[in-house]
Amino acid sequence: MTTKQMMSPRQARAAERAVRKASSMPPRAYAPTRLARTITLIVLVVIAVYFLMPIIWMFFASSKSNRDLIQTFGFWFGEMNWSANWTSLMGWTQGLFPRWVANSVFYSTVAGAVGTLISVACGYAIAKFRFPGRRVLLTVIMTGLLMPIALLTVPLYLVFHQIGLVNTIWAILIPSMVSPFGVFLGHVYATSSVPTELLEAARIDGASEFRIFFTMVLRLLAPAMVTIFLFIFVATWNNFLLPLMMISSAELRPITLGLYGMMSYFNPDKGAVMLGALLGVIPLILLFLGLQRYWQSGLAAGSVKG
Amino acid sequence: MSAQATRRRRGRQTRQEARTGWFFALPFTLLFGLVFVAPIAYSVRSGFYAQRATEGGLFGGSGGLQEVFVGFENFSNVATSSTFWSGMGRVMIFGGFQIPIMIGLALALALILDSYLVRRRAFWRLLYFLPYAIPGLVAAIMWGYLYVPEVSPFASYLPDIGGQPFFLSSSVILASMANMTTWTFTGYNMLIFLAALQAIPHELYEAARIDGASGWQITRKIKIPMVRGAALLAVLLSIIGTVQLFNEPTVMQTLASWMGNDYTPMMLAYNTAMGQITPSGAGPASAVSILMALVAGTLAIIYALVQRKAD
Repeated sequence: MTTKQMMSPRQARAAERAVRKASSMPPRAYAPTRLARTITLIVLVVIAVYFLMPIIWMFFASSKSNRDLIQTFGFWFGEMNWSANWTSLMGWTQGLFPRWVANSVFYSTVAGAVGTLISVACGYAIAKFRFPGRRVLLTVIMTGLLMPIALLTVPLYLVFHQIGLVNTIWAILIPSMVSPFGVFLGHVYATSSVPTELLEAARIDGASEFRIFFTMVLRLLAPAMVTIFLFIFVATWNNFLLPLMMISSAELRPITLGLYGMMSYFNPDKGAVMLGALLGVIPLILLFLGLQRYWQSGLAAGSVKG
Repeated sequence: MSAQATRRRRGRQTRQEARTGWFFALPFTLLFGLVFVAPIAYSVRSGFYAQRATEGGLFGGSGGLQEVFVGFENFSNVATSSTFWSGMGRVMIFGGFQIPIMIGLALALALILDSYLVRRRAFWRLLYFLPYAIPGLVAAIMWGYLYVPEVSPFASYLPDIGGQPFFLSSSVILASMANMTTWTFTGYNMLIFLAALQAIPHELYEAARIDGASGWQITRKIKIPMVRGAALLAVLLSIIGTVQLFNEPTVMQTLASWMGNDYTPMMLAYNTAMGQITPSGAGPASAVSILMALVAGTLAIIYALVQRKAD
């Protein structure tokens, strides 16, 4: 029995923390001086101000009327105008603002879920089965990884126009769920973390390929799936050109398109636009903070293994 | 069991494996065909066609639009259009200073966060990555208002240039937009560099320390050379992204109407496809897109070759 098993979970965690702390601390011989640390800290804080300043400003601006935006200090409240801005936001959008946020949630969730499933299935197939055309398929999909996506949107619009899918939910869902990056990540993970012996054992036990995939493989690939889902979700939420080209009816708009419509409106209530922008990114920021460790692993796979 | 039977069984297994493989790969492959392959094929084909009014119109014919094969006419129109090339010139200037600044800043931040100089790395990493969670369009709206003197807390302290507010004037607006993309993507690129730095085996550092190398030397001689691959990829993706610059100029155009609807090639492609610029329609729009893709590809290849030669 190892010492770790004898410790209580709490003790184990404390020990782990101590080890981690020790390994991130340098030996005294080449520890940086206090001066170097202080200068670094100042630099980091200045850069952090640059990154945070606009978001903080947007927060305060969302509470103001146009008059207060001009007259009051940018980084503090003026007269509280949130409810008036909300009324103006709802009025201008004819009550559709919550619908736009819901649309964004819907598009991103569905595209993320289906996109994750099909790209993992494809990556698994390429990693674990020998079938004719496998190498070509992988090469073509990898080329797609470097494709200029925005540029592709123009011909995509022309094709969808031809087959009559423009201004339907499919015009957003279908292009958003196709993620070459997802296949790449699924392939990398399936190669490294789905043992072929396990698949063979399951086959000998008489499990169908379908069942093997849904009960075993998906479970093994779960970390990769969270990452892929996150990437597709965020990319779909952030996409602006695709809905701009594809969607014309107000009911189908995602939040990005809705906000652009408000902004380009002649002399809008800027505070109301800011409030809309703020409310439109909160779901994304929550998701982002909650699942942040999966970003790192996805980017690591993309930059190091690729 | 005879050899023949074994072979037959193997053949059946191979076929079975191929069928299963395709079964799992098929859903993605079909959609990939619809979303990637079909549009490319379609735009290559329609690049050679144009919509022309039928001649029978006067004599009671249909008088509608007809698709006519025009050879390379669409392509030569775009390739000789000053609008296209001045837009291309703008995005190249944009990329020429924005990409080095962004990649440099991202690399510097990654190196600082990877060094012994910093405590609470996870906190700083998250903070710098946060702007990536803001959709590019929202970031553009936010910064756009920060550039308008009446609204912004700082823009009113800067002088007007040529009758336009400082940040929205023609000599500064590229820098204003470069700031938006730098703000959004620096953290993202920093994470890529951090991932590459963490993949470097720590024995290398220890060996260098034993040989008497300082932290600064380790950074210059080991860390930076080891993240070259990641840097190459980050720059390539940035070049491809810059050629397609669209969200930022589209938002800026609502604040600075002098920009017009063809300020960048991507705006030109969009407005051509939507019929807001003549010649419009599938043919000219496809020609603009294809030429843009060729320019992006050429730039990416040149960069990769230059980089390889430098190594």
